[in-house]
Amino acid sequence: MGGVLAWLKSDTRAALSLGFLLLLVMVSIAAPWIAPYSPIVQDANLSLAEPDAAHLLGTDDLGRDVLSRLIHGAPATLYASFLAVSIATLIGVPVGLLAGFRGGWIDDGISRFIDALLSFPAIVLAIAVTGALGIGLTNGMIAVGIVFSPQIARLVRARALVVRQELYVDAARCLGASNARILWRHVLPNAIQPVIVQVTLLLAGALLAEASLSFLGLGIQPPNPSWGSMLARAYQNMEIAPAQMYPPGLAILLTALAFNTLGESLRVALDPTMKR
Amino acid sequence: MFASLFTPSRRRVIRRRLVQAVPVLILATLVVFGLLKLMPGDIAITLAGENATDERIAEIREMYGLNRPFLVQYGSWLAHAVQGDLSKSLASGEAVAVSIARSFPNTLLIVLLAMTLALSIGVPLGLLAASRPDSALDRTVTSIASLGIAVPNFWLGMILVSWLALEFGWFPATGSVPFKDDPLKSLHHALLPALALAAGGVAEVSRQLRSSMVEFLSSPPVRTLHAKGLAPRQILWKHGLKNVGVNLLTVATLLFNRMLAATVVVEAVFAIPGMGNLIVNGAVHRDLPVVQGVVFVMVLVVITVNLIADVLYTVLDPRIA
Repeated sequence: MGGVLAWLKSDTRAALSLGFLLLLVMVSIAAPWIAPYSPIVQDANLSLAEPDAAHLLGTDDLGRDVLSRLIHGAPATLYASFLAVSIATLIGVPVGLLAGFRGGWIDDGISRFIDALLSFPAIVLAIAVTGALGIGLTNGMIAVGIVFSPQIARLVRARALVVRQELYVDAARCLGASNARILWRHVLPNAIQPVIVQVTLLLAGALLAEASLSFLGLGIQPPNPSWGSMLARAYQNMEIAPAQMYPPGLAILLTALAFNTLGESLRVALDPTMKR
Repeated sequence: MFASLFTPSRRRVIRRRLVQAVPVLILATLVVFGLLKLMPGDIAITLAGENATDERIAEIREMYGLNRPFLVQYGSWLAHAVQGDLSKSLASGEAVAVSIARSFPNTLLIVLLAMTLALSIGVPLGLLAASRPDSALDRTVTSIASLGIAVPNFWLGMILVSWLALEFGWFPATGSVPFKDDPLKSLHHALLPALALAAGGVAEVSRQLRSSMVEFLSSPPVRTLHAKGLAPRQILWKHGLKNVGVNLLTVATLLFNRMLAATVVVEAVFAIPGMGNLIVNGAVHRDLPVVQGVVFVMVLVVITVNLIADVLYTVLDPRIA
């Protein structure tokens, strides 16, 4: 714990990114209480109102408060990102462990399957899956999670391949440790650091995927807001109200930037060979 | 002329890569075909849509051979697909291969233009940053690169449209012109979407190039080059680029694949009738043959590009062969 604090003190960017993300999580949880208005109640008299004291970011074409929609869009956006990355991790870690630790034909088979999945552009497969399963945020993000899983599996496999040859693993085996124990006590802890880094970076990727899907109308369904669907509405009103695209766009940009910056900082902090 | 390029060792690499690509292709196409099995309920009834006649349902059942075993269905679908028969759109009745042949050039033009922009801006930026590590210039390039990676391309596209097309009227806001009809006009239409697509690429290229070049410049052979009295510029451009060429190829390959995916959303902003337009409409209307066809072609392109890159590696770095 002290190590984490010392690291955050020495790395301002990481501290800022983590602070921003924690704030975002708190906003997501408290959204119903801190949002000044309902995100879905329409007011025809207030269509595309300029920002003022009552509506800090103005209103959209249906007269809904932009700030409230932005706040309520945060949980939807974060939920989608975490869903995709959780699925990627839940599939990637065991599959990578199995391939790297067992080796042989199991490794060959899994590696070919990883290669096959890596040739799918994530967003394209997500669109295809929503076409088959039906439109909806959860369907699309499950697909994104599946496409992301080889990236985790590949990392874990590489670590497992190295660790399984280590002397201490031989020693553990001589002492009668089971495969499960070796995996849990020795292989997994060694693979966890690169996984943490990758998960952080993938969260940014998942965030952009959610925004894309919702922008295309294949993700979250109206009237519920996500930052991507807010951009879709802003797009429709671009000629009369170009300013509408900035609040949700900046929210996506800053959050993705925070995930990326935190991931890169973690990579440097956790990798002993990359100390600068 | 190309005979010297294909030395026996390279030919061996190519053959090995081709053999490795076969299972990847089979598994990838299995996933594409398997999309069909994700459909809930009776697939034929779902695909036929509401108010479908019994004949229509029977026709679709026949088309996909839905009453046969899965692997037989897959085999017959694949046999048709590799011959260019990607079945017909359920919505329009047009052959999917025809729709794709019409849309793909529009998508390819944007991706290739974006690749050109990304490399021609990203490479000099990366080299500049690497030539003076930790200078103000380096820090600026690195910060801009972080922004470029995090910015959603379609949002950037909207900003470009709003300012350069709607506000100043320098560019058309939407649409595309086939390259073969009018190359100049076609590029004029493609430039804004390509710029939107290239932002992340510029960032990725300059960042990767910078880090591998900084690593190279601090390596022992470079000290020898300095000792020999070579100008820093010559070390950077001649020896440096040759040494990081392999890394650059890796980045360019990844970038191409990523742009091919990202263009799907960027096309929506610019209303370009490309692959993205095709698959999004297909998904909205549950036109599965169209969706499967687009994914099939995209995966094929990605696998082919990776194969070409694998061959190029052996040219750039003889040690790989």
